Amino acid sequence: MDKQRRKFLKVAGATALAGISAPAVVKLTSSPAIASSGHDAATGHEAPGDAHKAAPHGAEEAPKGVRLGLVVDMRKFYGKPELLDKAIAACNKVHNVPQIDNKKSEIKWVWKAPFENVFPEHSSSHSSKIRKENDFLVMCNHCDEPPCVRVCPTQATYRLPNGIVAMDFHRCIGCRFCMMGCPYGARSFNWENPRPYIKEYNPDFPSRMRGVVEKCNFCGERIALGKEPACLEAVKESGAIVFGDLNDPGSEICEVLDKENTIQRKPSLGTKPSVFYIV
Amino acid sequence: MYNKRFIIPGLVIFVLFVTFPLWFNAFSTASPVPKPELPPGGEKECVAPASEMRDRHMVLLNEWRDGVLRDGERDVITVGGKQYRKGLQMACMQCHTSKEKFCDTCHDYTSVNPFCWDCHLTPEEAALKKETH
Repeated sequence: MDKQRRKFLKVAGATALAGISAPAVVKLTSSPAIASSGHDAATGHEAPGDAHKAAPHGAEEAPKGVRLGLVVDMRKFYGKPELLDKAIAACNKVHNVPQIDNKKSEIKWVWKAPFENVFPEHSSSHSSKIRKENDFLVMCNHCDEPPCVRVCPTQATYRLPNGIVAMDFHRCIGCRFCMMGCPYGARSFNWENPRPYIKEYNPDFPSRMRGVVEKCNFCGERIALGKEPACLEAVKESGAIVFGDLNDPGSEICEVLDKENTIQRKPSLGTKPSVFYIV
Repeated sequence: MYNKRFIIPGLVIFVLFVTFPLWFNAFSTASPVPKPELPPGGEKECVAPASEMRDRHMVLLNEWRDGVLRDGERDVITVGGKQYRKGLQMACMQCHTSKEKFCDTCHDYTSVNPFCWDCHLTPEEAALKKETH
């Protein structure tokens, strides 16, 4: 009996030691592979998630595929609120967006807001007159890491391969998790039937029904036809909005981004917005 | 058999009563088989043969929806030399111009209530254009 207990304790101790040290051993032996994928992506680590995690903080990942983005050149909008309204009206018309005169029920795809609401992280106490007096154009940021998509329980909202964060209204159950998830307030909920509030129908686009969430879709349906987003088209002559592929170094939008100093909304949240502002 | 004169008439009455819906419908004109209106524009061809459309139009619409919204399959479909974009409003209703005379005839008959038109605009609704409220 005594002998058996002695043997048991030995085996148990050895097993516990092995169990405790195993993770450390695994980590030590595999560390060169992780380090190499961080410095040189060509060493064979091709798992899509891997390169992502190993990329050093702040560094640009090698762009893959198309990622649509938009630059709002606010300098061209300053002192011209009618230009903002024109862009907003164009979007509303194309997408059958209802005009509800009620803060709670209103539906917004593209709208305007003061600087401190749009860029709370950039606000300062002594801001310039231009900032104080002008409204800024706001819309869905079509984030690279969209929190709305992560929280949607029915996959009614999802990120398309071209970077558009799209909605499938058929699948939306109206839980409004995405509205909680979106840090930009870009989503609106249809508290009532929107049809009576639509002034003019675009017969090529549906309306929405009571109980679904909606937002800017980067004019996915127009891009498919080779057209430009409606807001851009409305203010085309001013050149205030630039749209294009952020992953294509030769695109107009990349030239603008290279040349100008742009900011994004709430960059510290890590959502990686695709909408940039020149202020 | 005991009580023959009660049981046999009783059975006859019972059978007539149970089969009431069958013979009533056979002799009445209350619910004739629906005749959906063919395209008023005279189009003879649909995206699939009529029999297949009758069975599978809802499946096709779902496939189109997922293709357009999720898989980037927004390619046009050519039917009888004319091009259509995938979609209820943009393809189907281009020929079948009346939801009331086409869709509703069968849906009412079979008591099906799809919610397409909660969001999608019927040609009639879209033609209203300006609404007052």
